[in-house]
Amino acid sequence: MAGSTLASPTASAGAPARKPVSPGLEAWRRFRKHRLAVASAVVLSVVVLAVLFGPLFWTVAIDEIDFSATLEGPSWAHPFGTDDLGQDLLARMLYGGRISLAVGFAAMAVAVFVGILVGAVAGISRGSVDAALMWLTDLFLSLPQLPLLLLIIYLFRDTLREWVGPEMGVFILIVLVIGSFGWMPVARLVRAQFFSLREKEFVEAARALGASTPRLVIRHILPNALGPVIVAGTIDVAAAIIAESTLSFLGLGFPPDIPTWGRLLFDARDHLDFAPHWALFPGGAIFLTVLTINFVGDGLRDALDPRRVL
Amino acid sequence: MTEDDLRQLIGRVKRGALSRRGFIRRMAAVGLTAPMATQLLAIAGAAPAASQSLPAYTPTQRGGGQLKILYWQASTLLNPHFATGTTNQDASRIFYEPLANWAPDGTLVPLLAAEIPSVENRTLAEDGRSVTWKLRRDVKWHDGEQFSADDVVFNWEYARNPATAAVSIGSYRDIEVRKVDDFTVRVEFARPTPFWADAFVATRGMLIPRHLFKDYVGGTSRDAPANLRPVGTGPYRFESFAPGDIVRGTANTSYYMPNRPFFDSMEIKGGGDAVSAARAVLQTGEYDYAWNLQVEDEILKRLEAANRGRVNVVEGGNIEFIMLNQTDPWNEVEGERASIKSTHPSLTDPAVREALSLLVDKKSIEDHIYGRGGPAASNFLNNPPRFRSENMKWEFSIAKANEILDRAGWARGRDGIRAKGNVRLRYVFQTSINAPRQKTQAVIKQAASRCGIDIELKSVTASVFFSSDVANPDTYTKFWSDIQMYTTTMTQADPQLFMNQYVSWEISSQENKWQGRNIVRWRNEEYDAAFRAAEGELDPVKRAALFIKMNDLVVGNHVVIPVVRRPLVSASLNTLVSPLSGWDSTIAFLYNWHRTA
Amino acid sequence: MTQYVLRRLLIAIPSLLGISVILFTVLALAPGDPFEELATNPAVPPDVRAALRASLGLDDPVHVRYFNWLFAMLRGDWGYSFVSRIDVDDLILQRLPTTLIVIGSSQILALMIALPVGVYAATRPYSIFDQIANTLAFIGFSLPTFFTGILFILFFSIYLDWLPFVYRSDIPGSGLPWFWEHVKQSIMPIAVLGLFQGAAWTRFVRSAVLDVIRLDYVTTARAKGLAERVITIKHVMRNALIPVVTLVALSMPAVFGGAIVTEQIFRVPGIGSLLITAILANDTPVIMAVTFVVSILVILFNLLADVLYGWLDPRISYR
Repeated sequence: MAGSTLASPTASAGAPARKPVSPGLEAWRRFRKHRLAVASAVVLSVVVLAVLFGPLFWTVAIDEIDFSATLEGPSWAHPFGTDDLGQDLLARMLYGGRISLAVGFAAMAVAVFVGILVGAVAGISRGSVDAALMWLTDLFLSLPQLPLLLLIIYLFRDTLREWVGPEMGVFILIVLVIGSFGWMPVARLVRAQFFSLREKEFVEAARALGASTPRLVIRHILPNALGPVIVAGTIDVAAAIIAESTLSFLGLGFPPDIPTWGRLLFDARDHLDFAPHWALFPGGAIFLTVLTINFVGDGLRDALDPRRVL
Repeated sequence: MTEDDLRQLIGRVKRGALSRRGFIRRMAAVGLTAPMATQLLAIAGAAPAASQSLPAYTPTQRGGGQLKILYWQASTLLNPHFATGTTNQDASRIFYEPLANWAPDGTLVPLLAAEIPSVENRTLAEDGRSVTWKLRRDVKWHDGEQFSADDVVFNWEYARNPATAAVSIGSYRDIEVRKVDDFTVRVEFARPTPFWADAFVATRGMLIPRHLFKDYVGGTSRDAPANLRPVGTGPYRFESFAPGDIVRGTANTSYYMPNRPFFDSMEIKGGGDAVSAARAVLQTGEYDYAWNLQVEDEILKRLEAANRGRVNVVEGGNIEFIMLNQTDPWNEVEGERASIKSTHPSLTDPAVREALSLLVDKKSIEDHIYGRGGPAASNFLNNPPRFRSENMKWEFSIAKANEILDRAGWARGRDGIRAKGNVRLRYVFQTSINAPRQKTQAVIKQAASRCGIDIELKSVTASVFFSSDVANPDTYTKFWSDIQMYTTTMTQADPQLFMNQYVSWEISSQENKWQGRNIVRWRNEEYDAAFRAAEGELDPVKRAALFIKMNDLVVGNHVVIPVVRRPLVSASLNTLVSPLSGWDSTIAFLYNWHRTA
Repeated sequence: MTQYVLRRLLIAIPSLLGISVILFTVLALAPGDPFEELATNPAVPPDVRAALRASLGLDDPVHVRYFNWLFAMLRGDWGYSFVSRIDVDDLILQRLPTTLIVIGSSQILALMIALPVGVYAATRPYSIFDQIANTLAFIGFSLPTFFTGILFILFFSIYLDWLPFVYRSDIPGSGLPWFWEHVKQSIMPIAVLGLFQGAAWTRFVRSAVLDVIRLDYVTTARAKGLAERVITIKHVMRNALIPVVTLVALSMPAVFGGAIVTEQIFRVPGIGSLLITAILANDTPVIMAVTFVVSILVILFNLLADVLYGWLDPRISYR
């Protein structure tokens, strides 16, 4: 991205003249051309729809203990098999998927939003604002997460529980916590890109034309800095789903009887050599989600890159 | 059989009029198990004092190579007087030894003592006010210095000094220790003390050398170089130590017991998790022994199938149990939740408590969660066998629980939850985070929901739940919920410290900063009286009967619900002979550990 | 330039002070206390516990404890572990070599995977190689290390019986067999960490290179007839390195801080396991020392990254 003149579409000379379209529509047209991205978007929507509406069709209770059917492999009665208490894994996966996906996306949104905000402001301004924001970033990077988590949850759990109920309260806490520990890399990435981009000719040009700083940032610099951010954001979804499982393990996440995907994977790990199906499905679900999100991310990136011709 | 009959029979055994075997047979006829009958004889002084329950030591020479032990928790220090947790106590035990060890059957085995004190030898005062220990004369510290009575007296002075900040202070500050001669010491008590084997015995009795620690008593205790380089009397000498990681020792070739120790060197590696520790012994044989495997039995059984090692289950007194709060945890009385001045709206009703006790499916919990590591328990006080009540039985019956609640007037509401007046049977059930505990919670919740009782599960990080942090609302001693479950440990083969958990003067409250031991906050005059009587009762048989009565009171009133006993589960390679005792450290009998061909 | 670095270093001092205040307050307010095991032990009377707390200064007000800590730290006294009852610097020094070797090698491994694979994949976007590399990368970072660790143990230690899975920091012996033992036991922890990190980095490198590779100056270089290899290395890589440098700088403090989960699984006595044990036992002096060193490293490496940006792209100005 760094070190170039303002790019012009390299093949535009020979292209037939097209009716001008709005950038949004243009991006959509480009996105549709990216076949993997479209397929991934479809698969991702199927996963999301399944966890949203699946429990309506698969009505087995998630906590029905059946000691006569423990650690069973997939069968018609239990398509994903059962865990060590004989609970149906499909039902648990569908239920847990809602939480895992919601946590993943929401935490990613928080991290990316805060990260871009801090990174962009630090990157475009110099001197004391940059120093102060980097101070904040360094602070967050060096805070020990575990005691801080203990403290946050201990301080706010009861208050939030009164406001929005136990499950929603824990959800908000976890999203905030994971999000607030995930924005620093995004911020530093964006800032680094800004350092480089703000010296570029096209920015100089825009500035010379009298563009205000916000316009400069939003219209000119930010779109060019989004590449690494999209990658970071898509990785953040995976990181958030995994971080939630670590939190659950430490007793800071959802109550242990709520089967999030990360939690299922964690519970399954000691039985890996005897009951691989238990780990296979949640692991596969996380992988599928990450895979599709990343391809969608790639598609978006290419679609938003004005230099590419598709 | 009355107490008098029993006494007469024991007298006949003592006089030789009745053989010990004959006595045991008669006891069996009235329903007493053989170990219990042996116990009765032992405590009445009619059996050899030394334990019969240890396997024989067969090797005739040393040189057994390396012994590798795996703990999933690592030791952090090597001074036994500072050793807070089991891991630290065990690591210190490699190098330091007490006067006597507790054998698996709850009797004493002499180590640095020449013999176990007894009334017959006149080393145990009849009034229970003193005990005289005779020491071995052939013991040398690892640096060659002679071990003597001065060392024993020194340990008392060292630990009782508050400035030393020793955690063993509780065992030493209320006694007086006198040197009688170079190899005899006398421990004197202020009051008649039926349980005299605390100071200088087992975990809290490990002795450190006077010549290396004498300049480090009190405030300077932390500066002693020997804190990190122990010099003891044990079977292995100190080699190296990395806190939180590994401790290593080499054979003490001048050990006072013949042909011991068997191994040339040994190490305890710490850290990791219990399942992979079990794998390292049972599946790959990388290690010889893995400590405290709190792992689902299902997994252990599958690992054992590799046929490389075996799982050891050693009975002790630890028990996983449920407490039913007797005070109201949700409303403040005089600014205090669960105040002793309040009463719980429903759990003070015996019918509700009985119903709850019928809803704990101990059989399933044993079969599917704990396995050999948690046999279903009907008593709170289970071991040593002489203190175990035969009167308590448990049952799992949802139908019966429903019937009891119906009869007591707890009717199901429209949402299926039982209520009486405006009191509804809804409870918060808390415990620490630990996979088997969460599963047990789930099993109980399911049974309760079929009986019209709604249970909300709560689990707290172990380091918070078990902390003594006054500011935290989630600690187990505060018990600001209706029901809670955890394991209470019995650290000695005597129940006195263990059974003070229900006396009224130990009630946990704001006033004592929730340091009281009676966490369930139950008050019962009969229990208090029995406990007071046991404290000063020197007759072992009567004393045992008093503790059995206390157990029956607390369990029979369903104030607590015993769930499963928690014997210590560990794994050894098939070739390793590793004598273990539920009443003492894993390492206590290390001098006898050896390998068979 | 020098002036810029000096200024940043001067700013770092109040930063570190501020960070230490916040750290200390958080630790003081966080629930739990270092005498958990005493609390469940019936043989330890409550007043002994109270005396012990007092003797370690736990009952003093937070600000008093903070200043005690600060002045001791300024004198080079890192504090005294509540749990191990020895000096904290001894504890940390004991674990530093292992941490540096294991975590350091894993980061190098991650870079060695990420750079070539990422660059090569970006030069041929959507080729078979790119697709495979991407899929492997997705698998890499969608499986948590606690899971891949167990997977490795099951396969390499239990099924194949090739590698030991308990890490021993002091293997007796010397020479080649000793070295070989060390290598054998380090393979799995390094691989688990390196692959996880490498997978994510591969994606970043690929994305960064893709951004650069289509720019006009690269086309120009190609038009000049330069070899593809030269273009990639001299023209593309250097400009694509800014995000990479940022990420590497972010992960360097972790080389010191260790990796909690992986260290736990393979029983590597690193600083991560020291920190987690200290946190669970509420051993404040140890937590304070480790996190404080980590924050110093965070600040230093981020400063280093900022300086490197200028070297990679001379147009970046420091004002």
